Amino acid sequence: MSLFKIVEGPIDDLALERAIRTDADGAVIVFRGVARRFSRGRDVVHLEYEAYPEMAEKVMAQIGDEMKARWPIGDVAFVHRTGVLEIGQASVVIAVAAPHRGEAFEAAQYAIDRLKQIVPIWKKEVWSDGSQWIGWEHESHQHASEQEVSAE
Amino acid sequence: MDTSARICVQVRLFASYREAAGTNRLDAELPAGASVADLVATLAERIPGLVSAPGLVAVNHTYVQSDQHLHDGDEVAFIPPVSGGA
Repeated sequence: MSLFKIVEGPIDDLALERAIRTDADGAVIVFRGVARRFSRGRDVVHLEYEAYPEMAEKVMAQIGDEMKARWPIGDVAFVHRTGVLEIGQASVVIAVAAPHRGEAFEAAQYAIDRLKQIVPIWKKEVWSDGSQWIGWEHESHQHASEQEVSAE
Repeated sequence: MDTSARICVQVRLFASYREAAGTNRLDAELPAGASVADLVATLAERIPGLVSAPGLVAVNHTYVQSDQHLHDGDEVAFIPPVSGGA
């Protein structure tokens, strides 16, 4: 059964795989996005994720529908974590089951790309000497509130 | 009294907007027929980023344009540029 969830604790990828795999599937792709230490030349101490959970789960389910419309895949598990994440912890896990591997790989890549475009979730990088909400750097308007330190 | 002349919407704020406003929820009263753009104008003083920044707006969990008309009881979310994933 496909599932689309925002959670506050660690994500159990093996449980997700068990939830989506059926005997018709010959491939299960599990993508895990993890918090990394280095970002644009700075040392990240930890990350903080915030979501609009009710809407985020609906948009993730919409992405799941888009995936199934494009590729002959089985079920999808799409889980994003919120709160404070230490380096190396998974912020997002996308698992795709399919009869064959090609479509499972492509659909998983599509899911993470779409998540970064339209799912209402925000990441804050916290450094030893400041912090910043990520997302503004791709826009023409640089935004910096008083709590934020410019990435420049 | 003509109570239909005003509507009340629930505003949800996230990330940098939430920090600028000092709250993640607030109620806003507007004239009937008001649009998302009208709501932005009423909140602009409290949250300057709503006007200057390129975020999106969702009404009742669906992305909308700024000319979308609002109705009593709508939940309006201001969505700064998203950055989920890793």
